[in-house]
Amino acid sequence: MLELKNVRKSVLGEVHIHPTDLLLDTGGFNILLGTTLAGKTTLMHLMAGLEKPTSGEIWFNGSNVTGMAVQKRNVSMVYQQFINYPNMTVFENIASPLKVGCILPAEIKRRVGEMAELMKISPMLDRRPSELSGGQQQRTAMARALVKESDLVLLDEPLANLDFKLREELRDELPKLFKERNCVVVYATTEPTEALLLGGKTAALHEGRVVDFGVTGEKYRQPVDLTSAGVFSEPPINTVSVTKRGQELHLDYGTSWSIGKSKLPDGNYTVGIRAHNVIVERSARKSIKISGTVKVAEISGSESMIHFDAFDKSWISLSQGVHIYESGEDITLYMDASHLMYFDQNGKLVGI
Amino acid sequence: MRRHTWIIPTVYIIFLMLPIYWLVSMSFKTTNEILGSFTLWPQDFTLENYRTIFTDPTWYNGYINSIIYVSINTVLSVAVALPAAYAFSRYRFLGDKHLFFWLLTNRMAPAAVFALPFFQLYSAVGIFDTHLAVALAHTLFNIPLAVWILEGFMSSVPKQLDETAYIDGYSFPAFFTKIFIPTIGAGIGVAAFFCFMFSWVELLLAKTLTAVAAKPIAATMTKTASSSGYELGLLAAAGTLTIIPGAIVIYFVRNYIAKGFALGRV
Repeated sequence: MLELKNVRKSVLGEVHIHPTDLLLDTGGFNILLGTTLAGKTTLMHLMAGLEKPTSGEIWFNGSNVTGMAVQKRNVSMVYQQFINYPNMTVFENIASPLKVGCILPAEIKRRVGEMAELMKISPMLDRRPSELSGGQQQRTAMARALVKESDLVLLDEPLANLDFKLREELRDELPKLFKERNCVVVYATTEPTEALLLGGKTAALHEGRVVDFGVTGEKYRQPVDLTSAGVFSEPPINTVSVTKRGQELHLDYGTSWSIGKSKLPDGNYTVGIRAHNVIVERSARKSIKISGTVKVAEISGSESMIHFDAFDKSWISLSQGVHIYESGEDITLYMDASHLMYFDQNGKLVGI
Repeated sequence: MRRHTWIIPTVYIIFLMLPIYWLVSMSFKTTNEILGSFTLWPQDFTLENYRTIFTDPTWYNGYINSIIYVSINTVLSVAVALPAAYAFSRYRFLGDKHLFFWLLTNRMAPAAVFALPFFQLYSAVGIFDTHLAVALAHTLFNIPLAVWILEGFMSSVPKQLDETAYIDGYSFPAFFTKIFIPTIGAGIGVAAFFCFMFSWVELLLAKTLTAVAAKPIAATMTKTASSSGYELGLLAAAGTLTIIPGAIVIYFVRNYIAKGFALGRV
């Protein structure tokens, strides 16, 4: 169990990580979700001991490890770039943490062999990393991280540099690899979809702050505030200010949306709705109609991403199927009132 | 048009090789033949010049002295430049960029500027006419060069490699010697080559700072020309032998140098 207690990091007066409390457990993934520069890597460096927190404490399994050198902690890390020792063979690469740990050669050979088998790189053991494909290089790096049987495994966007197919393949294998291991797994990613696929718990990071933490699926549906909803949404979440009166939401511009019964008190809110819930197909449940002007429609085979302007704002719709629109064309889209998220004036989620 | 593309490279190569050919051909002639007539190749082929160099201590000691101080200099320069280049490549500190540039300014002054202060200083501390004197003097130019070259190679290694090694449990010295140095082996080769080359061809400081015990081959060559008349054949043989070490070293590092050029540091 890894615990961050009020950990803060600043470099030359610039805050990289705002005071953070976080409790990460063994079993299942702990995902750090956030855009580039949100502080994912810095947070991982702090967890690993590669950087010292400016203030606050880091505890691991009941002992304070704040100032402890990284070499003395039992951690391993996999980076986005495929990091292997270029002058060593794949075997030596995987064996390197064991060699430093003074383990007998026979034992090293057995464990490396097992790990290579598991990572499907057994035939490549005698090659150098530069002679491998990107996927195999990353498998080597992962094998090195896993063979050590460390208490804390940090995966810093390990799949980001791989092509689509390899990424899916490895993402499938990852949860299985960690299933029987008694270690804390931290996984950084920029993609909400990846977080949802891996499950576990997710910490949403925004500008060096952990804005939300909890079970991934729950947090996706019920983010604590607007910032967290933004972190969890790709493409970006659509938002608009409304005034709720009875069963209607009144927008400026004289439009009103009928939402049916709601327990939410009347007042001013910001509503958020994810792009895939604003769609071109009408159905009985989609009670809210929204009209706008198309800016651009991007079609990716089975989905259409339509950027359009409505209420002086940019909106994004992600609709199933191929829908061709010209730029400047008028468009009508439909939303289901039950997909709206309501945020109060401070951005806190108050109802869904 | 296509059929004549070989002309220009051939002319260029002949132009490049002509002085070297002339030197080698002279080394196999007698001094009389060199002075007496114009011959394109040795008419009276002789190995006498080479025999003299390999048997006469005043000649072969010149080579030995040169090789000793060049080796000391190369080892010293690279050994000192490695940690310095690592610091420039991995850490940010006050004035690092200025200092890095300032290193190069050392190379902007001609060696002659430093000859007098070195001569006086080394005489005062009593290391005049030793191999160390020349090796140390040459580090003034070679360390900045080596730092500059190595920094380029080191910066092309991602910082995550360092971190991965620490995470694997390597201490800094273990990481540096077992992982980092082999990783930038090509860079060390290139840096060592340039240190070797500069030190090998530098004449002025080497000549000024030595008298007898550590006299380099370049000094021996110029001196013999004045003592017993013109021994042009002997000088040509000495010249030929002086080219060989450089050629051997170039052969070994030629691929690395291409890599260095690609990094824009050589």
